[in-house]
Amino acid sequence: MDASTVAISLLNGVSYGLLLFMLSSGLTLIFSMMGVLNFAHASFYMLGAYLGYQVAHQLGFWWGLLLAPLLVGLAGAGFERYCLRKVHKFGHVPELLVTFGLSYVLLELVQLVWGRGAMDFGPPPALQGPLFTLIDSSRDGLGVVAGLAAPALCKSGVPELTLRCTQFPAFRGFMMAVALLMLVSVWLLLTRTRIGLVIQAALTHPEAVESLGHNVPRVFMLVFGGGAALAGLAGVIGGSAFVTEPGMAAAVGSITFVVVVVGGMGSLAGAFLASLLIGVLQTFAVAVDASLLSAFKALGLTLTAQSPGYPLWQLTLSQVAPILPYLLLVLMLVLRPKGLLGTREG
Amino acid sequence: MTPTRRTTTFLIALALSSAAGLAAAQAGETIKIAYIDPLSGAFANIGQNILKTHQLLSQRISGKGNPAGVKFEIVPLDNKASPQESLNALKAAIDQDIRYVVQGQGSGAAAALIDAIAKHNERNPGKEVVLLNYAAVDPDLTNSKCNYWHFRFDADTSMKMEAFTTYMKDEKNIQAVYLINQNYSHGQQVSRFAKEMLARKRPDVKIVGDDLHPLGQVKDFAPYVAKIKASGADSVITGNWGQDLSLLIKAGKDAGLDVTWYTYYAGAAGTPTAIGPGSDGKIKFVYVAHPNIPGDLAKAQEEFKAKFNEDLSTMTVYNVYPMLAAAMAKAKSTDPVKVAAAMEGLSIKSHSGEVQMRATDHQLQQALYIAKWQKVDAKYKWNVENTGYTWGQEKMYEPYVASTPTSCQMKRP
Repeated sequence: MDASTVAISLLNGVSYGLLLFMLSSGLTLIFSMMGVLNFAHASFYMLGAYLGYQVAHQLGFWWGLLLAPLLVGLAGAGFERYCLRKVHKFGHVPELLVTFGLSYVLLELVQLVWGRGAMDFGPPPALQGPLFTLIDSSRDGLGVVAGLAAPALCKSGVPELTLRCTQFPAFRGFMMAVALLMLVSVWLLLTRTRIGLVIQAALTHPEAVESLGHNVPRVFMLVFGGGAALAGLAGVIGGSAFVTEPGMAAAVGSITFVVVVVGGMGSLAGAFLASLLIGVLQTFAVAVDASLLSAFKALGLTLTAQSPGYPLWQLTLSQVAPILPYLLLVLMLVLRPKGLLGTREG
Repeated sequence: MTPTRRTTTFLIALALSSAAGLAAAQAGETIKIAYIDPLSGAFANIGQNILKTHQLLSQRISGKGNPAGVKFEIVPLDNKASPQESLNALKAAIDQDIRYVVQGQGSGAAAALIDAIAKHNERNPGKEVVLLNYAAVDPDLTNSKCNYWHFRFDADTSMKMEAFTTYMKDEKNIQAVYLINQNYSHGQQVSRFAKEMLARKRPDVKIVGDDLHPLGQVKDFAPYVAKIKASGADSVITGNWGQDLSLLIKAGKDAGLDVTWYTYYAGAAGTPTAIGPGSDGKIKFVYVAHPNIPGDLAKAQEEFKAKFNEDLSTMTVYNVYPMLAAAMAKAKSTDPVKVAAAMEGLSIKSHSGEVQMRATDHQLQQALYIAKWQKVDAKYKWNVENTGYTWGQEKMYEPYVASTPTSCQMKRP
């Protein structure tokens, strides 16, 4: 792999990882604060994308980016207030079932309102086009040009000089910036503000916080609404970057759980680390065409199509790249059940 | 149909024909046809669009519009994109005394239906069912798994690749080809046929990559695009469809990947919208038609657009009903046993000239088109899915060019 491919793969992996983080931070927050494993989290992501599309269609993308998370947050808070709170007293399993049911309701609602097809939702014109262009030259090594590189920089006139240009889309850069901004602000909110301290205290000592005069159910409602709003924000960005369609919740639902488990249940920093790890791991795995077959060959073992298990050995790493996170999940649960940065066992 | 009803129909028909003197025996009869395809779930939007296609194209030639004078009625049955559910739908169709089935979304479901229909027909003589497959393109269905009761109206994977590689033979600027496909039977076949046929027709072309990715799971194609870029490919061949195709092409656009895309399904319903304008001349697709063929097909497209405000994209359906009606007229009956026999080797006039249902394997022999994505212009006027873009014809290949041999050893009843 040459330098420019490594650089662009790293950027792709990190930006995808940051989107995963945006998506799973709300889930891990809700879990750590309330102990609720929110099955409908990915549905809030989907709802955010659809509301973002709708608002962007009427008022422009930036309003969509602002309003859709707020609306999703309101919906989340309302769900907590009028539904989840009522089943809270019955324990965690009914809570889980209620959120499970909600995911179905949201899916059907979205299909009723917007139909089953994909929406025409893309980044705003200001964020279309490349952020910068990487130029890989056989003479000067790796170079960077802001925006779109001039054609002259990418086409060499002489055969001994090879030039290759790769563009990094501006929207992916924007995605990274939003995710980092979100991480910093959530972290500041939780550790540096009064409300953050109340939230943290309500997690471990709800009775003590209540007797000090704080409204603990309202704190929970805020946390749930906030977590849903984060998912909604991820939805607007993910939906416009990739695709807005009813299947999008199911597509990311399982991977967010992987992030939360690998990072450590309830750990924001752990979720951040796990998202980056999974993003980079998946991206680089795609680029590797090695298989167990080539590993055996290196060891001096030659297998043929008649050997037992041949179809399995010939699978390349790039083919199995999308299932690597799940492999990581299983390994993590076996070797370190509390996750990378988790604090509680099991 | 019960014997008494058949007798009654026969008597009425006899009375009518003796009165009118020339009406065919089956004229005026209503033929129910079961449409077994996804109408819910992830592929529902395409399934609904194709259902409308079947309804409109069958209605257009219903009654006086076809030589047999029969009326068609489509009965939609949801198979939820699953082979197992397809069998339940087939059972429901048989219970309703429906004798003709159309299906196309997925060769897995097609194979399950073929198998079930073959068994049903063997056990229930007099109640035979015929499957008219308009889009399931696994070559096995007309080779190792070929069956007398199955007729295919789309061109199979190998025929389309034959057309593509014939086209690529003359495109001298193709030097390095990258193959990226979905990791299931269809994608693997595209990859295999591309390698075989390119080796035969363009041995100088290098295959610089051969990737298989999971079906419908990948949302971020940027890593694959980075890999294609690093390989130095100038062309990409892909059998991807739906989102796996549109997201791939979009990711390529974002990264400034300068390649020509040779696709099977860029023209499928919804995909042109998702790809959007741009990439002029860089996206090609191979199909049995394209939207800018003048004549009756163009008229059908306009009617479809006026009625549903969607594009008629699944043009393989266009030949199904005229062929069925012609077979009924030739058999002078609507009995599936006689109609199936009549359809073997039958030729009809189509938008691309004469098409023939090959008797040896029941694969329709038809011309194939290669079209490129371009701005609407004076010559190619059809505004595809309101994108301002259209498919401009690059080449048309006569049926013999893309025809592939069959290994089918058909057992006839």
